[in-house]
Amino acid sequence: MKHFSTYPALNGVSLDIGPGEFVALLGPSGSGKTTLLRIIAGLDFPDSGRIVFAGEEVTDKPAARRGIGFVFQHYALFGHMTVARNIAFGLSILPRRKRPPRHEIARRVEELLELVQLQGCGERYPAQLSGGQRQRVALARALARDPQILLLDEPFGALDTRVRRELRSALRRIHENIGLTTIFVTHDHEEAFALADRVAILSGGRIEQFDTPQGIQEAPASSFVESFVS
Amino acid sequence: MSRSNPLQESRTARLGLVLLALAYVGLVLLIPLGAVFAEAFAEGIGAWYAAITEPDALSAIRLTLLVAAIAVPLNLVFGIAAAWAIAKHDFRGKAFLTTLIDLPFSVSPVVAGLIFILLFGGQGWFGPLLQDSGLQIIFALPGMVLATIFVTFPFIAREVIPLMEEQGKSDEEAALTLGASGWQLLWHVTLPNVRWGLLYGVLLANARAMGEFGAVSVVSGHIRGETNTMPLQVEVLYNEYNFVAAFAVASLLALLALVTLALKSYLEWRHRDVLAARGH
Repeated sequence: MKHFSTYPALNGVSLDIGPGEFVALLGPSGSGKTTLLRIIAGLDFPDSGRIVFAGEEVTDKPAARRGIGFVFQHYALFGHMTVARNIAFGLSILPRRKRPPRHEIARRVEELLELVQLQGCGERYPAQLSGGQRQRVALARALARDPQILLLDEPFGALDTRVRRELRSALRRIHENIGLTTIFVTHDHEEAFALADRVAILSGGRIEQFDTPQGIQEAPASSFVESFVS
Repeated sequence: MSRSNPLQESRTARLGLVLLALAYVGLVLLIPLGAVFAEAFAEGIGAWYAAITEPDALSAIRLTLLVAAIAVPLNLVFGIAAAWAIAKHDFRGKAFLTTLIDLPFSVSPVVAGLIFILLFGGQGWFGPLLQDSGLQIIFALPGMVLATIFVTFPFIAREVIPLMEEQGKSDEEAALTLGASGWQLLWHVTLPNVRWGLLYGVLLANARAMGEFGAVSVVSGHIRGETNTMPLQVEVLYNEYNFVAAFAVASLLALLALVTLALKSYLEWRHRDVLAARGH
């Protein structure tokens, strides 16, 4: 559950997202959807307004302690680390008393590689993988610390159509398996409608409509929504 | 050869350009370098060895290594700090700081030396204060280290800033969302991403630190066996018409430059697979 109000790129935005929900933030470029996602993540900060995760206010909490996983459009994998070390990163930087033992981390990495269907790729470097594979690694890395919320910024934006479709279903499957709350940003309404339980349509820093794909298609709240999703 | 590359010049033109480049490099780089070694060994290896193991020469070598060993690590730390601040953050006065970093490049080293005389010399701003506390900066090691730091400051920062800027912030943001602290970001993400630039900057700064003449010359006071670094020792010997000894010490400096280059090439070769994997 999150609340926002006034931000230069965002204005009077208020969203309530239930646990385990799969939500898309949909809008044209400049609509404020990425800003909204980055504020939820703690990578940007609002001038006013509140962000609440499961009853706990996190507005002033740094990104590192919000318990989120974030997937970037251009992967942002660490090029000097192997795939396995990328995925293990979140666990391996934990303070000693909280850090799982080495074999435990290795087991977790294997588990995640399997989840994103990249078994046996652990010793490769990101540059040796295709775009789709890299994004899978980024997803596995984001899930390593069991975040309560998974945030994805145009996760399929840099990939071609076929890979995009493949990854979409992988993401949906993972979301259902793990049951975590997922919020993703996209400018592609077909993608949003195909994946999300509910879609928030943004324009000019405001939320035009927040409803199920069916609800939006049946009763678009404004002429903007109607033209954007048709 | 077929014309596979549309930008390729004709065979004669290419040959001409290659020869011209080789001739130029030979004239301004290879011949002088060769001359240094030829001159250093002109009276045989025994004379060369005697010249560099003579007490004043040894003291100059020790001092040069000591100055570099203090100045380069300090510049490494502050160079990284400055580059990080400039490349990864926005703040008021950023453009000014960027210009300031270049200052040592645009100021004559002699002026740099004089600045420290003005500040810490007997008649300088802090002169009386230093005299009272018995600290000697000018004509002593601290002054030479300060002058060297000043002159070599831009090398590391200048190498690292463009690299950090090019890489943007997304790797750091990713590490942040994975729970990394500021130090962990720097240590696990930012520095590994720029390590080659960093290494190159350190090698260049080190070569310059050991070779610096002007700034160090002003603050050193040229006390033989005490405050003469290798470049200063070369000058002293040369002025005394002791050519073999002068060139012997000079050959050590030249050797240092060659070792620096070889080290860099070796490291690039050793880590070529990682470099290739990263697309550098």
